[in-house]
Amino acid sequence: MRENLHRFFRAARGAGVRLSPAESIDAMRAVSKVGFADRAILRDTFLLTLAKTQDEKKALGDCFDLFFDQPEPESPPEDGKAEEQDTQGSSAASDSPGETGGGDEQPEGLGQLAQMLLAQDRNQISAAIATAASAASLSDIRYFTQRGIFSGRILDQMGLQRLRDDLDNLTATNPALAERLTNALDGLRGTVRDTVSQALMLYGREEAENLRNEILRNAPLSRIEPRQVEQMRHLIRQIARRLRERYSKPRKRQRRGHLDVRRTIRRNAAWGGVPFLTAWKRRHRDKPKIVALCDVSGSVARVSDFFLLLIHSLHEVVDDVRSFAFSGHLIEVSDILESKSPEEAMAEIMSKVGFGSSDYGSSLDDFEHGWMNAITPQTTVIVLGDARSNNLDPRADILRRIAERSKRLVWLNPEGRMAWGWGDSEMPRYSTFCTVVRQCATAKQLERAVSDIVASYQ
Amino acid sequence: MADTRPTASIEAVESGLAAQGYIASRQIATAVYLAQQIEKPILVEGPAGVGKTELAKAIAAWRGMKMIRLQCYEGLDEAKALYEWKYAKQLLYTQILKDKLGEVLGGAPTLEAALNQLHDFGDVFFSKEFVEPRPLLQALEQPAGCVLLVDEIDKSDAEFESLLLEILSDFQVTIPELGTVVAVSPPTVILTSNSERDLGDALKRRCLHLHIGFPEQKLEERIVESRVPGISQTLRRQMVGFINEVRTLDLKKLPSVSETIDWARVLVLLQAPELGHEVVKDTLNVLLKYEADIEATMPQVSTFIAKASRQGVFG
Repeated sequence: MRENLHRFFRAARGAGVRLSPAESIDAMRAVSKVGFADRAILRDTFLLTLAKTQDEKKALGDCFDLFFDQPEPESPPEDGKAEEQDTQGSSAASDSPGETGGGDEQPEGLGQLAQMLLAQDRNQISAAIATAASAASLSDIRYFTQRGIFSGRILDQMGLQRLRDDLDNLTATNPALAERLTNALDGLRGTVRDTVSQALMLYGREEAENLRNEILRNAPLSRIEPRQVEQMRHLIRQIARRLRERYSKPRKRQRRGHLDVRRTIRRNAAWGGVPFLTAWKRRHRDKPKIVALCDVSGSVARVSDFFLLLIHSLHEVVDDVRSFAFSGHLIEVSDILESKSPEEAMAEIMSKVGFGSSDYGSSLDDFEHGWMNAITPQTTVIVLGDARSNNLDPRADILRRIAERSKRLVWLNPEGRMAWGWGDSEMPRYSTFCTVVRQCATAKQLERAVSDIVASYQ
Repeated sequence: MADTRPTASIEAVESGLAAQGYIASRQIATAVYLAQQIEKPILVEGPAGVGKTELAKAIAAWRGMKMIRLQCYEGLDEAKALYEWKYAKQLLYTQILKDKLGEVLGGAPTLEAALNQLHDFGDVFFSKEFVEPRPLLQALEQPAGCVLLVDEIDKSDAEFESLLLEILSDFQVTIPELGTVVAVSPPTVILTSNSERDLGDALKRRCLHLHIGFPEQKLEERIVESRVPGISQTLRRQMVGFINEVRTLDLKKLPSVSETIDWARVLVLLQAPELGHEVVKDTLNVLLKYEADIEATMPQVSTFIAKASRQGVFG
C-alpha cells in the first residue's frame, strides 16, 4: 500500500498541490493511525495533512476521487498490484490465476492474454492492465502526445505479440473463435486507452499547464485570441501573487546606524534614565507610489488592460496607485478599476475613452491641468503606449516637467525597438526625458518591468 | 481529571465534543483526533463566527485541561507572548542586596579577586525567579498539559510567526540566558486565522490545516438544538433554512453560526411560534451587521420565508 501512497503523492503534485517530503511523512503517519477502512476519513486525512490552502484542498479532493476511482473492481486488482510489486510486473506474475479462469472449451496452446480475453474475466484483465501499466511506468506520462506510446507499451507488456500469433493461427483453424478474440481485443484497446487518459489527467496536468503558461507568457499580449484572455488573466494574477510574495515583506533595518537619544531616554524613564533598553533610528522605507498613464487606443488597449490588472492586484506591495487612461483625451480610471471586476471595468473605460485615434499631446495636456499634483518626488510615473500620436504635436515639454517632478519616469512600449521613430512614432523625442524605456509586449516582459519598478523602492 | 491519554477513536472525539455543546463535523473530529495522535498543531481557517475559537474551548472543557489563550495583534512581540525579565524585581533585589554584596566581597584584597568571587555566585539575577512567563511559556510549563489557543494569528506580524515555529514543531523555546525549556507534556495547540493575510509556508507546513466553512443545514440545525434547547423543531428548521437562503446573496458579511445562535435566542425570547414576515423584519439586525446588507435582504424576506417553510414541509 505504501507504493500506492507514493503514487498518490506524485499525482497530488501533478494536480498542483505543493507537497514537501515532510508533509508526505506526516500524511503517512496520519494514515497509519486512521487506517484505510473508511474512504471518507482517509480523504479528510489527506486534506488535513497535505493541502494548505482552499484551492489546494479542492485540487487534492478532485485528485483523490480520480485516483482512488481508478481500480474499479474492489479486491482482486489489489491482489494483482501486491503481486506486481514483488516481481515488478513481468507478465508471468499473474499467470497463476489465469489458469483457473481459463476454462473448459478453450483450445489448448493459446497465449495467456488470449485465454484471459476469451474468459471475459474483467477483474483479471484490469489486474493485468494495472500490472502492465506499472511495468511501462505509466506514472511518468506528462504530455498528451505520449498517449499512443504508453498505450502501445502497455499492450506489449500484456503480450500483444503472442496474441497476434494466436490470432493468425486461429483464423486458419477456428474462425469463429478468432472473431470473438478480435472483438475482445478491440475492447481491450479501448480500456487501455481509457487507463492512459486517466493517468494523463492525474500525472500530466501540471506539466501541461506549465507548458501552456510558458507559451502564453511569451505570446504578444496584443495578439492573443479571445478564448485565451481568461487564461491570461489567470496568469497575470499568478504573476501578481509572485510579486506580492517577493516584495510585500518590509525588511526593517533596526539596530544599525545611529542611537535615537530621545526615544531611548523616554523608554528608560522607569529606571531613572539608566539606558537598559536602547532605541535605534530606523531608516524609513517608502512603499512605491505609482501614477500610470495608459494608452487604450487600438492595438495597445489589450496590453493596457493586463497592465492595469497587474498594477491593481499589487495592493500589499504598492501603497498608492492612480491610473489614467487616454486615447484622444485623458480620464482617471482608478475608481472604476477598484470597484468593478476586470471585464466590466475595462468595458466601461473603453466606452469612455477607448477607440479614438490617440493624441498624446492633448492627453498630456489634460494630465498637466488636472492631476499634476498627484506626482510627488516619491512617485514613479509609468507611461504605457506606442507613442504614435498621428503626427499631432507631441508636447514633449509636458513630459519633461513630469519627469522633473517625479522620482522616476518609465515608458513601456509594446512595439519592438526597431519600430521606434518610424512613421508617426514620437518615441525618440519622448525617450530623452525617461529614466527607463523598455519594450513590453508579453506577460514575461510585463512582469520584468513591474518587478524592476517595485524593486527600485526596496 | 485531566486526561492526557490520546483518544481512542474519531467517534469518541465527536461525542466528547458534543457533550460540551460543540457539534463537530466529521472533518473537525478527524482533525482533533489526528492532532492528538501525531502531536501536531491545528491551524483553523474560516470566516468569522463559525466556531474556531469555540473549538479550542470545547476541547479544553472536554479533556478537563486548562486553556491558555494568546490573542494576537499587530506589534505583538516576544516580551508579551513568550517571557519577560522582571526588571523592577531585579533592580529592587540589587538595591536590597547591596550591603550583602559588600560583606561578601569585603575580604577580597584586589578588584580581580572580588570579580572572581562574584563569578562564583553565578547568574543569580538571570535565573528562573526573575522570568515572567507569558502565555507561550506558561503553556509549556503546565504539568498536566493544556490547550494553547493562538487566536487570530493572521493579525500578528510575520516576525512573530517565525517565533512560533520552534514551539510548534518541537514544543520547546530557547531563552538565551537560561537555555531551552521543553514542554512538560506537549500542549494541544490550536491556531486560528481569518485569512487576512497569507501565512508563511513554514508555519503551514508544521500544522494540520483545517478549514471550517458554513455548516450544512442538518449540522447547523443540530448546533442550534444543542445551543438553544428551548426552540421548537419547526422554527429551528425554518430559521436555518432562511439563513441558508440569505447566504446565497452577495453580502458584505454573511451571517455565520454565531449569528444563527444569537438569532435563535432572540426568537425564543420573543416567543415567536414560527418564522413570520414581521418577526424577521424586526430582528434582521441580529443577523446582518451592515446597513447595506439589511437593505439588500429586505425585499427578499418573503420569498426566503416561503422557501424555508416549504423545505420544512417536505423534509
